[in-house]
Parts: sequence; structure tokens; C-alpha cells
Amino acid sequence: MSAGWAVVHERFRFILLGAYPRDQQWRPALAIVLFVALYVLSARRACWRPWLPAAWLAILTGAIVLMRGGPLGLARVPTESWGGLPLTLLLATVGFAAAFPPGVALALGRRSALPAIRALSIAYIEVMRGVPLVTFLFMASLMFPLFVPAGFTIDKLLRAQAALALVQAAYLAEVVRAGLEAVPAGQREAAASLGLRFGPATVLVVLPQALRISIPALVNTFIGFFKDTTLVTVIGLFDLLGTARAVIVDPRWFGAAVPVYLLVAAVYFTFCFAVSRYSQHIERSLMAHGHQ
Amino acid sequence: MQGVHKRYGAFPALSDINLQVRRGERIVICGPSGSGKSTLIRCINGLERHQQGRIAVDGVELTGDPRATDAVRREVGMVFQQFNLFPHLTVLENCTLAPMWVKKMPRREARDLAMHYLHRVRIPEQAAKHPGQLSGGQQQRAAIARSLCMRPKLMLFDEPTSALDPEMVQEVIETMVSLAEEGMTMLCVTHEMGFARQVADRVIFMDAGQIVEANRPDAFFDAPQQARTRLFLSRIVH
Amino acid sequence: MSPRGRAIVWQAAALGAAGALVGLAALEAASNLKARGIASGFAYLGRAAGFEIAPGPLPYSARDTYARALAVGLVNTLRVSLAGIVLATVMGVMLGLARLSKVRALSLPAAGYLEVVRNTPLLLQLLVWYSLWQGLPGPRAALHPLPGVLLCNRGLFLPSLSERPALSGFDIRGGLSLSPEFGALLLCLATYTAAFLGEIVRGGVLSVGRGQTEAAAALGLSRARTLRLVVLPQALRVMVPPATSQFLNLAKNASLGVAIGYPELIAVTGSTLNQTGQAIEAIALATLVYLAVSLSFSLAVHLWRRGRW
Repeated sequence: MSAGWAVVHERFRFILLGAYPRDQQWRPALAIVLFVALYVLSARRACWRPWLPAAWLAILTGAIVLMRGGPLGLARVPTESWGGLPLTLLLATVGFAAAFPPGVALALGRRSALPAIRALSIAYIEVMRGVPLVTFLFMASLMFPLFVPAGFTIDKLLRAQAALALVQAAYLAEVVRAGLEAVPAGQREAAASLGLRFGPATVLVVLPQALRISIPALVNTFIGFFKDTTLVTVIGLFDLLGTARAVIVDPRWFGAAVPVYLLVAAVYFTFCFAVSRYSQHIERSLMAHGHQ
Repeated sequence: MQGVHKRYGAFPALSDINLQVRRGERIVICGPSGSGKSTLIRCINGLERHQQGRIAVDGVELTGDPRATDAVRREVGMVFQQFNLFPHLTVLENCTLAPMWVKKMPRREARDLAMHYLHRVRIPEQAAKHPGQLSGGQQQRAAIARSLCMRPKLMLFDEPTSALDPEMVQEVIETMVSLAEEGMTMLCVTHEMGFARQVADRVIFMDAGQIVEANRPDAFFDAPQQARTRLFLSRIVH
Repeated sequence: MSPRGRAIVWQAAALGAAGALVGLAALEAASNLKARGIASGFAYLGRAAGFEIAPGPLPYSARDTYARALAVGLVNTLRVSLAGIVLATVMGVMLGLARLSKVRALSLPAAGYLEVVRNTPLLLQLLVWYSLWQGLPGPRAALHPLPGVLLCNRGLFLPSLSERPALSGFDIRGGLSLSPEFGALLLCLATYTAAFLGEIVRGGVLSVGRGQTEAAAALGLSRARTLRLVVLPQALRVMVPPATSQFLNLAKNASLGVAIGYPELIAVTGSTLNQTGQAIEAIALATLVYLAVSLSFSLAVHLWRRGRW
């Protein structure tokens, strides 16, 4: 067991940051800081303004550019070398952001009066939610090359991210749908009476209220996504769990499993627990102050 | 409204409604619950669809075509029993929303318009607050101001005071009275018979989806002609 | 254009776009498969699989067909899912009642357990369980938790009707054996799902108003009888839909067995795919099976709802 803790000490950098070139490791470290800053920013009610989505886009783009390199004289680092905590945060956050617009669209589609739109939305949601996530990751890594012209390759990480986002959109759709159903019918009637058509009424009146109602559930869903990112280990990507596993499998560190797992578990637990506490806090605060 | 019928499944909500409203007329509709009063006025601005008959507002007929419905809704304002203010917007934003997005009014002009009507209903100081911070009476007055900002030709009121505590009913009634005195065409579903006596040109009694009796207020209250009307009036403590 | 006309145009456009996407992908796939010399169709199901699967209830050898291999995978998935559901329900009810208990020595650890299990990734928990099992002593030093039962890093061995497991050379033979992969996956799924079921039980019991328990007490019913006859039947009505959802999640989560080498449906699909190269057919089959399972669950809940109300 003491050998285990020696492992942790020796391979700490690898577990945390993956195979990123040692001299450039300030970049993924900075990326972690950026992500945490984004979460803290989004958590404050004062920041729930129309500019928040733009901030998300800016910070996420910044983090990706930072990791990838290219502009600003940063050396290019291929995605195969990305790993550890930055990769986990990237997959979770970009996945959530990418899944959000389709999720809202699906939720609206599910409630549409047009039968074809409704059927398509329901079909998508049921398929994505009825099949294990692992299957879709396999599809992304094994099936995908068959569907595109030869020579046209897409980065494996990008494929996995897309698979995650497509599945998560379905789960988000159900959360937003519950929010939409919770908005009183009188709101839409009032908007209609004022002459607002379906489109503007939905965007200006119904959606803002639906999303506000859904916030605790959305945060809980984000926790679920964060945990789901560990599944990319199965297709050979080195997220935080993947790097830990790689360390354990190394025959030099046989018997070191438990301490390494404990370390990684502690990281996940800290994050998820903190966010779930926040979710409870925000739920209470929303109920106390009503819609303000 | 000519020969209007409406059903919910097999249940006849409105039966053979014929009603002509002239500009500037104030009409109060009363009757027991389930008589179709709300359904009638909700048909006028298209919130409910009628199955038979014609409904036309200022020459525009409600045919089910969304463009006709939109045209009618631009000229007709509605005040709800549950206020239905938008809780995520301030009172001012509630009032400027429709003029800006439906009539494409510039922001400054919409603000001035909204403040004008908020003054009219005597709550200008509440403009920056959210509906949840206002009392019931203030909320309903804000709702009235919101509808007025679209400068409607006809105002529909669906039991505007029924959800209010008694001490706040008066402020809303006063607002409605002052509106009537300015010449606004109004259709009110209400139990406030004092208001009817004071302001209405016609009082209509509905029962079981039909218009049973319609008359001037003094004739209506003092000499009701139908037995059902007499029964209803005897049950109201006025 | 009339509103009806516009509605039809929108829907036709949506369906058309979806169809075009599928069509394009299919065309591209067909040409790629041809170029790589990969066969199409499901004929491969009749060919010999050529890979081994760890022994289980269904007899299988490398000479059996791919179809049989898939069947084995499916049986393995169902095996661990059903056992998991039963175990998780038992544990979940106990956990829920512990959380509701006034005794802090019960409710606090239960709450702690809940927080730990819900805030760590399932795959991580599975790997920990598997490591723990692999850390058990070898067959020669196997543990005897109960008479006739042997536990070691090669598995859990239970006495069957005809024979008892015993050490034979370097291995344990005889009796009913559960592989470490099965055991770890089962424990992981059960403990994880039990946490969520515990909360569902707690929510269900809390949803029954206090007035019910007070009325029952006034009638002279004991606490235990009150729980059994008054509270639980009403709580059950609230609990069944979310509980079924958790059962379905358990079945889906069983697919994580692929990470530790448990030969469930996805793992077998993976092996098949590697051998034949026919990724599309293999994954499509697995997807259809899972869809069938999840839709049956949804249907069952829907019918249950209809039946009760």
C-alpha cells in the first residue's frame, strides 16, 4: 500500500495533466484555471445576463486554443497528448455548451403541434436515452470512419466530444421540457393577447421562465455529464480516469491501484459535491425570491 | 358576433351567440360559473376557436388564419383574472415588450408610452420593480397599462377583480371607470354589479352558453324579465 | 400560403432533411465498405465466431456462431441486470428507511454513503470494486464466509444442488461459480443504484402526508403496521415511475462491464466487430436490442399508470 502512495507522488503530473509536453504544461494548468473561473462566474446570479453565453463561447474557445496551440506563437500540441483533468473539464464543459442549443430545440420540437416534428424529436430523444452511452462512443470511434469519404479524418477527441454532446442533448431536452411545462399557460395567453406570435412569445416570455425554473435540474445534469466523461477511457482517450488507469497498469506500479483511485475519486468527489451543494443553494434561493 | 357556437367535445360552451358592440359602448357580462362568459370574450381575441358562426372586430373577421388573428389581437387588449404579468421582466419591460416587438416601436418611444400609461393607472413609481414585488391591485393595474400600451380599440376584461383581496378591488374598479369615461370600448365579465350600474351601457346575463337577457343597467337590475335572471340576481348580495 | 400549407411544408422539409442525411451516410458507407472489402448484411451471424468467452450459464465455444456469441452476451447482460435490480432494491429500501430513521447512527452514515456514491463516476467505482476483488487471496487461501461458500480472487463459489466447491490443484472446482468480473459488476451496479433508489424510497414515504400516520396512530395501529398498511401502499404509487427509470439505467450501466472484461452484450459486439469488420451491423444489432429493452420498460410504466388510474 505504501508503494501506492509512492506512485501517486511520482506520477502525479501525469495523472493530472496527461502526456502533455513537460515544458508546455503551464498551458493545460492555465486551462484548468479558466474552466474553474467560468464555473464560478456562471454561478453568480449577478452574472445571469445576456452576455453570459458569449462569455462561455469566448472562454471555451480560449481554452481550446490554449491547449491546441497555433496562434500567439504557442507550439501545436496534438489532441492525442491531451489528458488528465483538463481533458475531463473540456469534455464536460464543451459538451454541455454544445448540447444546450439542440437540447432546447428538441424540447420545443417535442411539444410542437406539427406531428412530423414531434415524432422526429421523440424518436431522437428515446433512441439517445435508451441506448447506453458506451455504444455511441464506440460508434464514434469505430463506425464513423465508414460514413465519410476516405481520407477525411476527424480527430478522435472531436468525434468523442460530438458523440457525448449528441447524447447529452437528449437528456437536456427532457429537463427543458419539464421546465416548459411548468410555465403557467396564462403566460402564453397573455403574450398572445398582446399580439406576440409563437416565435417571439416563446423566446421572450416562455423560454426565459422555463430555463429559470430548470436551473437546479440543469446543474444536476451537468454533474451527470461530468461523471459520464470517464467513459471515454473505454475508447482510448486519456481523461483523468484514463491517466490513472494507465499508471496502475504499468507493471512497475503493481498493487498501487487503491491509492491512485482514491486520489482520482477525491478530485471527482470534491467537484461534484461542491456543485451539488451549489445546486441545492440555488434552488432554495430561487424559491425564496421568486422570479427576480 | 353572429350565430356563434362553440363546443368542447360534446359539451356546448356557446349556443347561438348574437352580439353587436358599437364603438365606445361599455358592456358587462354576468352569469353563474360555467355559463360561457369567459369563453365568449376569449373567442373575440382568438384564444378560443369558435366552430360555427362569424366573429368580426372592426371589419376583420376571425377565420382561423393566423394573420387575421394577429390583426385582431393588435386592436384588442385583454386583462386576465390572474394578471399574467411576465415575472422575469420589470413592470416597464412588461409594458414595452409588445410595442417594441409587434409594432416595431423604437425603445425610447416605447418607454415614454409605457410611462405615460403607468402614470394613467397611477403606479409610475413601480416601473423598475418586478411583478412579484407589487401588491395584487398594483399588479392588475400594471396589466391594464400593459394592454393599453398597444392602444387597443377594444378592451376585454375577464373577471379582473376576482383574484384580488377586497381592499384592492376598489383601485382597479376606479381605473376601469376612468378608462370608460375616456370612451374606451369595453367588454367586462365581472361580478362587480356596482361597476355595472355606474358605467355600463348594457348588461348581459348568460346562462348555459346562451345570452338570456340584455338590457340597460337600470332596466336590468330593477325589472329583470327572465326567471333565470331574477334567480341569479337574487343570489347576489347587492 | 395558408397556415396548414406552411405546416406541411415545414414538416416535409424536416423529414426530407433527416432522410437526406441518412441517405447520404448510407451511400458513403456502401462505397467505403466496398473499397475496404468488408462484407455487408447479416450473413456473418451464421459463421463461427472464433473467439472465446468466459464460461457462464450458456455453454459456448469458439466454434459456435456469432449469433450464439451475441446470445451469450445478451444473457450475461440480463443476468447481471436482474440480479442487480433485486439486490439494489433490497439495499435501496434499507437505505431509504435508514435515511428516514430518527436514529442518527443510522441516518448519518446512510447520508454519507449516498453522497459518496452519487458524486463519484460509476466507472471509477467499478474499477475500485474490481481491484478490491483482485486483491483477495488466491484459491489456496480462499475465504470461507459461509459453510460451503468459497471466496477468492478467482471468483465466488457457491454450493450447487449436487456438489460443493473444493480446491483441486491450483483451482477451485465444482459448485456454482460467479466470476470476479460478474461479482464486481454486480456489486458496483447494486450499490450505485441502491443510492438512487434509497432517495426515491425516502421521497415516496415523505410524500405521504403526516395526517395519514396520525390517523393510523389514532386508530391504534403500531408503527410497523402503519408503515406496512397505510404508508407504503401510497408511497409505492409515487415511487414506481422513477424506480423503473433507475432499473433501466442499471441495465444500461451494465454495459460498463466492457471495461473490466465482463462479456456482456457490448463487449461481445466489440469482439465481433473486430473479427468481421462489419461495424455497422454489429452496433446496429446492439442498439436495437437495447432500444427494445428500454421501450418495453417505458411501455410497461405507461400501462401501469393507465391500469392504476
